[in-house]
Amino acid sequence: MKRDFTCIVCPKGCQIHAEFEGSEIINIEGHTCKRGVAYVTDELTCPKRTLTTTVATNSDIMVPVRTNAAVPKELLFDCMKEINKIVLDKSVKTGDIIIKDILGTGADVIATGDAEL
Amino acid sequence: MLKKDVVVIGGGPAGMAAAVAAYDAGCKDVLILERENALGGILKQCIHNGFGLHNFGEELTGPEYAKRYKDEVEKRNIPYMTDTTVLSIDENKNIVALNSEKGVVEIEAKSIILCMGCRERPRGALSISGTRPAGVFTAGAAQKFVNIKGYLPGREVVILGSGDIGLIMARRMTLEGAHVKAVCELMPYSGGLARNIEQCLNDFNIPLKLSHTVVKVHGEKRVTGVTIARVDEKRCPIKETEEFIPCDTLLLSVGLIPENELTTSAGIALDPITNGAFVDQNRETGTDGVFAAGNVLHVHDLADFASKEAETAGCAAAEYVKSGLEKTRDIKIKTDGKVRYTVPQRITADTDVKMYFRVSDVFKNVTFTVKDGEEVIFSKKAIGAAPGEMEEITLKKETVEKIKSGEITVGLEAK
Amino acid sequence: MYDVAIIGAGVIGALTARELSRYNLKCVVLEKENDVAMGTSKANSAIVHAGFDAKEGSKKAYFNVKGSEMMEKVASELGVKYIRNGSLVLAFDDEDMKTVEELYERGVKNGVKGLFILNREELIKVEPNIGDDAVGALHATTGAIICPYGLAIAAMGNAMDNGCELKTNFNVKNIEKGEGKYIIASDNETVEASFVVNAAGLFADELNKNLEASHFSTHPRKGEYFVMDKAQGSLVKSTVFVTPSAKGKGILVSPTVDGNLLLGPTADDIEDKTDIETTDEGAAKIRSQAMRSVKGIDMRKVITSFAGLRAVGNTGDFEITAKDNYVAAMGIESPGLSASPAIAEHIAELLFGMGLKKEENKDFNPVRRPMDFFKALSKDEKNALIKERPSYGRIVCRCEEITEGEIIDALTLNPKAKDLDGVKRRTRSGMGRCQGGFCSPSVTELIAKISGVAYEDVTKTGEGSGINFERTKGGVKNA
Repeated sequence: MKRDFTCIVCPKGCQIHAEFEGSEIINIEGHTCKRGVAYVTDELTCPKRTLTTTVATNSDIMVPVRTNAAVPKELLFDCMKEINKIVLDKSVKTGDIIIKDILGTGADVIATGDAEL
Repeated sequence: MLKKDVVVIGGGPAGMAAAVAAYDAGCKDVLILERENALGGILKQCIHNGFGLHNFGEELTGPEYAKRYKDEVEKRNIPYMTDTTVLSIDENKNIVALNSEKGVVEIEAKSIILCMGCRERPRGALSISGTRPAGVFTAGAAQKFVNIKGYLPGREVVILGSGDIGLIMARRMTLEGAHVKAVCELMPYSGGLARNIEQCLNDFNIPLKLSHTVVKVHGEKRVTGVTIARVDEKRCPIKETEEFIPCDTLLLSVGLIPENELTTSAGIALDPITNGAFVDQNRETGTDGVFAAGNVLHVHDLADFASKEAETAGCAAAEYVKSGLEKTRDIKIKTDGKVRYTVPQRITADTDVKMYFRVSDVFKNVTFTVKDGEEVIFSKKAIGAAPGEMEEITLKKETVEKIKSGEITVGLEAK
Repeated sequence: MYDVAIIGAGVIGALTARELSRYNLKCVVLEKENDVAMGTSKANSAIVHAGFDAKEGSKKAYFNVKGSEMMEKVASELGVKYIRNGSLVLAFDDEDMKTVEELYERGVKNGVKGLFILNREELIKVEPNIGDDAVGALHATTGAIICPYGLAIAAMGNAMDNGCELKTNFNVKNIEKGEGKYIIASDNETVEASFVVNAAGLFADELNKNLEASHFSTHPRKGEYFVMDKAQGSLVKSTVFVTPSAKGKGILVSPTVDGNLLLGPTADDIEDKTDIETTDEGAAKIRSQAMRSVKGIDMRKVITSFAGLRAVGNTGDFEITAKDNYVAAMGIESPGLSASPAIAEHIAELLFGMGLKKEENKDFNPVRRPMDFFKALSKDEKNALIKERPSYGRIVCRCEEITEGEIIDALTLNPKAKDLDGVKRRTRSGMGRCQGGFCSPSVTELIAKISGVAYEDVTKTGEGSGINFERTKGGVKNA
């Protein structure tokens, strides 16, 4: 099988053309670094995305958060549900873990901003 | 009257980088003026990732990227005033600003670095006909409602314009429970990064309608729908292709305009194509000692580039204050039309010159050239070029030294 | 029980309320929208006409010339921006020049001062950017520009400061005559008053039919406009008309009192009294005609467009009637804004003539401070004010340099703004080149805080025009 991919690893957005059988890449071109190959491999097996969103607090401010590793794309909305349950009541600093190992993905949800609560 | 060596107007990704660079280049008397209540500029609401790959070698979100620079500012004890809006600057580099505690603040600066960023083009600039209900927002305003205030400004959404902010907001609204029905793009290609089309639209099956525009807004109190239509080669809507899409929200991501009202009020000339000041390789404007960098100079694709450019300006401002900038050359940089603009627009010394530029259309297999008269003094090949992607070349000092005429032309040849 | 109930809070209703507040009367203004100045007063050419246009002997001519003479003082008392910039009526051929001469004669008969006929050479001296095809013009030096919704808001605010009441969202559904009083009902409230003034603009004819048999009717004539960036605001200093046709004064090009450039209006007779959609056809018409009148118009500098409706009467003149303690002011189309102070004064006289008690209000204060006043202050004045209220030192609208303090004023002073557009019309925040892109989230927050409503309940322009839906997730709602 053949498929075109737009690599999302960096802003360059390489257009990658890959030939594969199942999840095995037979031929790949268009990538400009080895991360492109890894991206296509992931897309063929389990596409993953970094999730960025906000969590609520007991004040009228929101705290920005992200997963510190990409999570399976199909779990994005489930992760949102988990994150939306949180209401922070203590001050946080950038990098603090808000949810550890969200939905067993191995990724933590971490604060990407400081908040005084 | 406060006296300062370098005053940076704007504390976003450009302003903070400029201040840090000026400080590190030996000018310790630096002050940042920021109109909002914290440093960071628009990065504060850009909670998505994609920042910092160039400057920090890792992928950060907007607030994290801002924090890196803020930490650098604070490490050096560079003072900054928040809640401070600059009202005017004049030819003599006198600044008048307004602050809620200090009142009217007057500063006499030896050098000013303009880093005011840009604003979004509003609906009015497009003259979309129809009614004027609630529910028409620029993508950035919607981003602030969602990310900073925590409210959802739309449930059923159509987005006009496929610039990066529009694409990012399509994903963001979707994740927060809205239904993005379509992204319409007037041009036959997207203005956003390819990866954002993939991860913000394709991931969520949001259709991207190229060569389409919104021709009418419906709804008396709140938007009830929009009429969209395909456009012809001249970008005119084709009546027969009109289609009504019911929705409660129209987001606009139809371009950014550098915020240069202060610049013009100081008598500094603007390039009609970039809408930013004409500058030399130091990012010095037509007024000695006044520099500009980041989105106020020309709209960048990435915050990283805006910060990098600001470093150039920051270093030059420090040098200007310390010893003055020597101007030994006067070379104008022209474009061939296929290349739309360059920044800088002139070279004033024999030195390495880093040049940013954009092309006017989508090209494949291109060779960028710099010509001195008929002689090609620099060339670089690329797989493709598109208006949405800023290009960058560096002319080495040796090359600049050899320029004979007072004018060089940046252009491209495509197959 | 009120002495007078005024229906409609446009310029006529608001100025009438202010006029009556000079006397010891209990007055109320009933307005169907969420704010004052929501009809014709909100969206028109913002011109105080010199008065050469209306047919001699007509009510339009009489009230225009008189109103125009009164306007400068009214505007200055009420803190409304007013500039006597003069107006030009361009002629493009001999036929037009004949019209110009007729207008001149008519103006003289109407009692208009400061009229001149200019040839091309003289015209270019007055306005260097006039189009190459113009051969001459009528110059009316008394022509002026004003902020029309500003006038209605300020007049209403001043009337309220002097004791008048305002009920917004009061949509009159029924009005009937009882024993020595009128009973006026909306869906959820009833008001009684001895005297009634019908200043309901486009809807005045329908309201009137509740009380008297009349052949008078109004229909809406739509006018579309473009507002240009301030960078284009100095292309002309005069208001530039073309020679008029049966349907109105044609497309004008005029500076506004706030320094923008206004192009328009189109003139389309329509049926629907609520249709304020702009159209592609209208936009095309404005573009071609405006660019013929004035050189250098850059359509990329449009910051917004809008449409307004004029209440065109079937007699071609204003219809102002008085009977049974009831005054109706109908068909107040152009030059209604120019005529408004004179009409308001006339309405008051008609009421007193029918027996309304005339007892001077000794506490009447004619002066009202403008809402966007801060920018014009001196450094010392600014500092003094910021010391007292630091919110005056915080710019919320960067394009128009409007401070948080001014927005709080708009939300707390008469007549209080209740929505985003209300704040915009009072302070100009959101009217600049970014059109509220930056400031609307902050203004929304201020409205929520000051007016004590939930953030998601803040509207653009009253019920049904909410800006946000729900919170994205839990946590504490915005205070």
